[in-house]
Amino acid sequence: MTDTVATATRTGRPTTSGWVGRLPEVLTIWVPLLLSAAHLVSFALWTIWISFTPSTLVPVAGWVGLRNYTAVLATRNWQIAFDNLLLFGSAFVLLSLATGLMLAILLDQRIRGENALRSIFLYPLAVSFVVTGTVWSWLLNPGLGIQKLVHDLGWTSFRFDWLVDRDMAIWTIVIAAIWQSSGFAMALFLAGLRSVDADLIKAAQIDGAGPVRMYRRVILPTLWPIIITAIVIQLQFAISTFDLVRALTNGGPGLATQLPALVVYDLMFQRGLLGRGAAAAVLMLLLLLAVLLPYAAWRYLQRRRASHA
Amino acid sequence: MRERSFAPGRMLIYLVVMLVVAAWLVPLIVVVLNSLRSNEEIAQTSMIGWPQQWAFGNYLTAWSDFCVAQTCAGIRPYMLNSALVTIPATIFSTLLGAVAGYAVSLWRFRGDQWIYGIVTLGIFLPQQMRLLPWTIVLRDTGLMNTLTGLVVIHTIQGLSFTVLFCRNYYVAIPQELIRAARIDGAGFFRIFWRIILPLSPPILIVTVIWQFTHIWNEFLYGVTFTTGQQQPVTAALIALSAAVADIPHHGVQSAAVMIAALPTLLIYLIGGKYFVRGLTAGAVK
Repeated sequence: MTDTVATATRTGRPTTSGWVGRLPEVLTIWVPLLLSAAHLVSFALWTIWISFTPSTLVPVAGWVGLRNYTAVLATRNWQIAFDNLLLFGSAFVLLSLATGLMLAILLDQRIRGENALRSIFLYPLAVSFVVTGTVWSWLLNPGLGIQKLVHDLGWTSFRFDWLVDRDMAIWTIVIAAIWQSSGFAMALFLAGLRSVDADLIKAAQIDGAGPVRMYRRVILPTLWPIIITAIVIQLQFAISTFDLVRALTNGGPGLATQLPALVVYDLMFQRGLLGRGAAAAVLMLLLLLAVLLPYAAWRYLQRRRASHA
Repeated sequence: MRERSFAPGRMLIYLVVMLVVAAWLVPLIVVVLNSLRSNEEIAQTSMIGWPQQWAFGNYLTAWSDFCVAQTCAGIRPYMLNSALVTIPATIFSTLLGAVAGYAVSLWRFRGDQWIYGIVTLGIFLPQQMRLLPWTIVLRDTGLMNTLTGLVVIHTIQGLSFTVLFCRNYYVAIPQELIRAARIDGAGFFRIFWRIILPLSPPILIVTVIWQFTHIWNEFLYGVTFTTGQQQPVTAALIALSAAVADIPHHGVQSAAVMIAALPTLLIYLIGGKYFVRGLTAGAVK
């Protein structure tokens, strides 16, 4: 097919009416793009619509206004999930960025074996959250992992049982998430550190700035755009966290590690409350937009400023 | 900047780095060691320990004998499922993404920027917003609980990433090249085949690694749209954990986890550079 189209055009002979001749090309261009765009728009709109209907086990037409939303927002399940997300999201973003930044600065000190070290900090990103969650559930299980090991070594009063402690369980998710994705922040920051203007550093050195002052006053301020990007990406991850929790604690003990994504799944596929499940999904989307829209606006302003300068 | 020396400051740097390295490697080492310890040995001590007797048989049991949710065929069928979903979906989404990326960056047509903008929104739309619609689509097309269904989902959803990656790579190719080829009478496919594709290996490797890793590691769609023997390996691992909660088989389970993680770990080891490039390329969107 490729060749007939090409030869026909090359000899300058009009193909069997332009449209038919160009059909393979037009189809190849439009079908995948349209499928992708159409599924995104229609799926999003359809889920939003379902969130306003009285659907339970099957989707039904009808209009209940905001009733599904008020119902979801009133459940303890959602309220706990939302509080957990606030705690998990902020702790995870703060700590993973801090870890990533620390690693990037350390690797920036021209240390030996930088490539090997970088590979070690990044490998968790290649494995699935299910694997990460399962492995950390063993390490953090008081009867199996670290606590058991320390007990066997003789220190029997040692306690590290966050996994089964309602107040601390959410921190096990934070630990596993930091382990999985700090390397990503490190990779972003390291690229940023390496692209700092050499003249700037030289000028600061001539002014007699020590290494600490150098990072605080000269280098880190130039990293702000990357830091904001990293915050947004990590927040986006935090909001949609599902697999990791499913494998590590499955939301427990009790509701201690419940998160919005688990609530959506529970409503849709375990309780058969499609309308409420869709409402919870839309609430997740709104949370994401609350992060992404300001970011998009900021990027837009930055780009405009750059093009004016 | 400064000379390599063993001043106290540098010693401290190395010390901190080594501590973090240990924390990052411990989970991997623990799983590898456990996969070589017998279930009884682990039950008597803890998950952290050196094998007293090497239990290589764990891998064989995990691969072909172990019981996951009433079927005792190991994780082999689930690994096969994951491969049968991941490989076709990776190939389709990469190829379609390359052609579409070329179309929106160099060929240009009416409405290209609009449709490109909508397609890339897919990067941000959470999976939860698509669960119900996919349920309906799969049910109505008879693809519910089939591997084909998962291939379709991952191909279409993967386009958001593959089009973005390829488009961002192709925009750097000078438009004059395409214009000249068109004047010479080359058409859409010929230019793609003769000019674009030979320039593409770097971005195609990044895209393939990205897609493979993400589809292999995906869990939510796998567990929602397939059951029993049709599930991908991530879902099977969760089913396995549920079974193990009753009777501990941590040695075998560790072997199963290692087997499930191996394909993406290998890809990372071989193509780490491209893997990282994909990560940061996705970030700069």
